[in-house]
Amino acid sequence: MALPFLRWIPRTGSLLLCLLFWQLAASHHWNLLLVTFSNVPTPLAVVQAAVGLVDSGKLGEHLSASLSRVFAGYVAALVIGVGLGVAIGRSKWAEDLLLPPLEVLRPIPAVAWIPLAILMFPSSELSMVFITFTGALFPILLNTIHGVEGVDPRLIASAKSLGAGRRAMLLEVILPGAAPSIITGLAIGMGTSWFCLVTSEMISGQFGIGYYTWESYTIQNYADIVVGMLLIGVLGMGSSLLIKRLGGLFTPWHRPKGKA
Amino acid sequence: MNAPQTPAGRIDIRDLSITLGEQKQAFEAVQALDCQIEPGEFVCILGPSGCGKSTLLGALAGHLQPRNGILQVDGQAVQGPSPQRGMVFQQHTLFPWRSVRDNVAFGLKMSGVGKAARRAAADEMLALVGLEGFADRWPNQLSGGMQQRVEIARVLINRPRLLLMDEPFGALDALTRLKMQELLLDIWTRIRTTVVFVTHDIDEALFLADRLLVMSPRPGRIIEDLRLDFPRPRLTELVTSPEFSRLKRHCLELLRHEEGRPLPRLSPLGLPIENNRPRFAL
Repeated sequence: MALPFLRWIPRTGSLLLCLLFWQLAASHHWNLLLVTFSNVPTPLAVVQAAVGLVDSGKLGEHLSASLSRVFAGYVAALVIGVGLGVAIGRSKWAEDLLLPPLEVLRPIPAVAWIPLAILMFPSSELSMVFITFTGALFPILLNTIHGVEGVDPRLIASAKSLGAGRRAMLLEVILPGAAPSIITGLAIGMGTSWFCLVTSEMISGQFGIGYYTWESYTIQNYADIVVGMLLIGVLGMGSSLLIKRLGGLFTPWHRPKGKA
Repeated sequence: MNAPQTPAGRIDIRDLSITLGEQKQAFEAVQALDCQIEPGEFVCILGPSGCGKSTLLGALAGHLQPRNGILQVDGQAVQGPSPQRGMVFQQHTLFPWRSVRDNVAFGLKMSGVGKAARRAAADEMLALVGLEGFADRWPNQLSGGMQQRVEIARVLINRPRLLLMDEPFGALDALTRLKMQELLLDIWTRIRTTVVFVTHDIDEALFLADRLLVMSPRPGRIIEDLRLDFPRPRLTELVTSPEFSRLKRHCLELLRHEEGRPLPRLSPLGLPIENNRPRFAL
């Protein structure tokens, strides 16, 4: 999995180039007809805002609040998504019974869930966890179904011929066979879970990166908004990478085909 | 290697018909088949593509349900797959997520044998197929011939009454195939079991078998039942002997005589799986 050193150079360079473009566009108030950078805070202003956030001493609380919500929603989505996915992928009966309502719920955006989430759950904390859960559920569910349905029927037949019962079939054949696809779903789900964080923390009264971002918007503090956006981006990327690494450890036989 | 105490592996097939496909597309892959196979016999089934020989094998393995007739192994009707009836496919079906050793030990794990004992048995079995030193590899790190050896070892570790083989060497190159045929005969002398070996390669069938069944195109019926008593152990030189050539000519004529329109290949799991629906996960 370790990338050769040489490949880190273009990767870092690409990030630095984006930063440079941002600095130039914002400090010179570029107007590119469709988009204008005249009111966009410069990177320097954003760094100052970030320092201000650290100095305020609230960063830790924001981070821990958001991380625990994302984590709780994500774990729930993992358990339910993989569980339902295996059932739907294995049985026509479960597919006919479970998939239609799920397909109706799938296109509903997280923001539309807010009022019902507040009504349905006893605490705002649980409502927020529920919204991050809806974000992570569907990528995990659909990739699990895809993986389970994709297991080679000859492998299943062979396992039966070798004496595998239902339980062994699931643990020894179906789950490992679907694992690469499930891990892809888990990595995408991690991203979409962060994606829904701002939406979910609109309900929050005090803490959370999403709450911080949304509050900065309502008081028109643009540099702070960008700090919040970048924090979510970095945390989302980091946790997705973590999932992929963990996934790689769990599937040592699986090596994605190399690119030229 | 200890031989089984009781001779087992007798196959009784009476008036067997197998239907594949659903409703309108349904057709008889095997029709009114009668056949007895003795314990420990090495039987090759020869026939053109799509004649139902793999379908018959699938029914013996328990993956396909006969529509009509009797299908018994040692007096018991075949019901569903069982470790007693091991199956080797044309393309290996090793679990990519298990090491070679754990693949071979899988059957013993399913029957509840402890870890140390099943690993030792797997290593012994791997030595028998000439793969010492490859136990810790992943299956996709092996060549096609080696993968089939692992597959055979994985089936034989269960000491099955029947070893069912569906063109197991069909995807190998000619030289590897010859080696595998000799290896298979060598293993069979040590672990005696009834072998039903499906192929469309006349040379292969004549080289391996005690008995050769030739099947007609769909619906499959047996049109010839030949006893081959070339002395064993058989060596590759056999294929150039005059008697071998005579039998080969005989088989060629049988197959040519029965040639009809070409049919799609069937598999022991039934019809080929249609996979033309695009699959997306998002």
